[in-house]
Amino acid sequence: MGTRMSSSFLTTEALTVGHGREPLLRELKLELASGKLVALLGVNGIGKSTLLRTLAGLQVPLSGRVLAEGSDLHRMSPMDRARTVSVVLSGRPAAGLVDVRTLVGLGRQPWTGVFGKLTSADQERIEAAMDITGISALQHRQVQELSDGELQKVMIARAVAQETPLLFLDEPTAFLDVANRVKLLELLRTLAGEQGRTILFSTHDLQLALEVSDGLWLIDHERSVWQGAPAEALSNGLLERTFAREGLRFDPLTRSFHIAR
Amino acid sequence: MHRNGYILVVLTAITALLFFVDLAVGSVSIPLGEVWSALSGGPVSDEAWRSIVREVRLPEALTALVAGGALAASGLLMQTLFRNPLAGPSVLGITSGSGLGVAVVMLAAPVWSSFLPAEAAVTLAAFGGAVVLLLLILLADHRIGDGITLLIVGMMAGYLCSALVSVLQMASAASALKGFVMWGMGSFGQVTTARLPWLVVPCLLALVSAFALAKPLDALLLGDAYATSLGVSVHRMRRITIGVTAVLAGTVTAFCGPIAFLGLATPHVARALLRTSEHLRLVPATILTGAALGLLCDVVVRWGGSGLPLNAVTSLLGVPVVLAVLWKGKRWARA
Repeated sequence: MGTRMSSSFLTTEALTVGHGREPLLRELKLELASGKLVALLGVNGIGKSTLLRTLAGLQVPLSGRVLAEGSDLHRMSPMDRARTVSVVLSGRPAAGLVDVRTLVGLGRQPWTGVFGKLTSADQERIEAAMDITGISALQHRQVQELSDGELQKVMIARAVAQETPLLFLDEPTAFLDVANRVKLLELLRTLAGEQGRTILFSTHDLQLALEVSDGLWLIDHERSVWQGAPAEALSNGLLERTFAREGLRFDPLTRSFHIAR
Repeated sequence: MHRNGYILVVLTAITALLFFVDLAVGSVSIPLGEVWSALSGGPVSDEAWRSIVREVRLPEALTALVAGGALAASGLLMQTLFRNPLAGPSVLGITSGSGLGVAVVMLAAPVWSSFLPAEAAVTLAAFGGAVVLLLLILLADHRIGDGITLLIVGMMAGYLCSALVSVLQMASAASALKGFVMWGMGSFGQVTTARLPWLVVPCLLALVSAFALAKPLDALLLGDAYATSLGVSVHRMRRITIGVTAVLAGTVTAFCGPIAFLGLATPHVARALLRTSEHLRLVPATILTGAALGLLCDVVVRWGGSGLPLNAVTSLLGVPVVLAVLWKGKRWARA
């Protein structure tokens, strides 16, 4: 357990995910390399969120295992798991009456004692997390007053403060304008590159995903997951086949779909 | 000192003051100095005053203090657990569930009394009723997941319990009925010194547990998924919170009857004072505010021996708070 040295931080063994008895994705053998930024792509309803939630330990697999550095993520104690994986989910969380700093501070929970008392070391980590996500100026604002984009960054700061080697984000760019999407993906790049975190994020932003990601996980129509480099997915036509619809034409140069005329 | 620190000190002072006022008011007027002497064991001009203060008013004031704090804490736990600002022991039918349990023990089963002390039987029955109702509401919450529907389910369950209680009443003896009807009106004054530990000990244990739940309750503010990702075993945590809530609401209901609004309204007052949902601060503030409000209600009930029904007083205080919550919905509703 945990002694195996490899560049893969997360691996899955015959992982089948889904709800109830309904499998969405079967027998997956996946690998996430340490310190890489990987985009999870696929059409709506194909099982991206379910896969992400299963990898994050938020729901149990129908069969198979998820291994983080060789340890079964679903057999770890909840505390150990919370020190390994952090998540940013899609949608706006209900948060009650808390200010930004307090919310980011919740990310320290896996590391604090019974009453969640924050030490000065915890405070430093909270400040660093707010700093890198660029929300320090918001720290005394009430969470409910924030815009969707601001709250998204706060939730990421909370995940950063959790100090986990793995970070999973479900559609972090949804509801953001173009400038904010670019900034957000730059932030993920920084977290992977400078801090060495292993990051998987689902998105519908093909163009941006292709530009910033080290790797892609692409769920095709047969519900099998292809893993590889962005350039490869472009050159072998896989992206085009996955997202092709009648009346749409994929342009590999601009890396975007156009209405066929 | 931090602003919230001052607020806790002021709340403690107000609670202490109201406690003394509660000892000083009643149908027999006793001068303040004499109340103090009676308490501290000094000389009093009338020995009857000493027994009134010590044996009638002191247990009643202690009951109001503990019951107020316990109901308020149970309301706070339920509001966080169901993520619903209008959750509370009386609104979700929890007190009616306890009422049914108490009715079964008091009206239908003198059999119990042969092997259990009456206090224990009544407390256990009220606790059991509260647990059953809470589990039912939790199931409904899981299946429906919509705040307003949940409240309706709670109300329906409450009506059902009340209906079953009526059926029990039809079939029971007049002597048993009188005691139950008295209980149903709600009062802090029915707990004698000898019975007091049966109320105080379970409530204190549950209140201490509420402090220990503060950290996971904070995580729960973000929803189940985020709480799980922060290391909280959400299902286990739910069960513990339900147990603690049921002890608080059930025990108070067993001894004081179904008391309306204190549990629902008090957490909102505490939140408005502290402007935070952080439980480590909110739990003590809610308990203190609840204790103060419980004492205030008791003072009003006994003022000049007026003998107003307790539930009329708690409703008069509670209804405006609930309306304010709905009015300000946007800010507080997400709490």
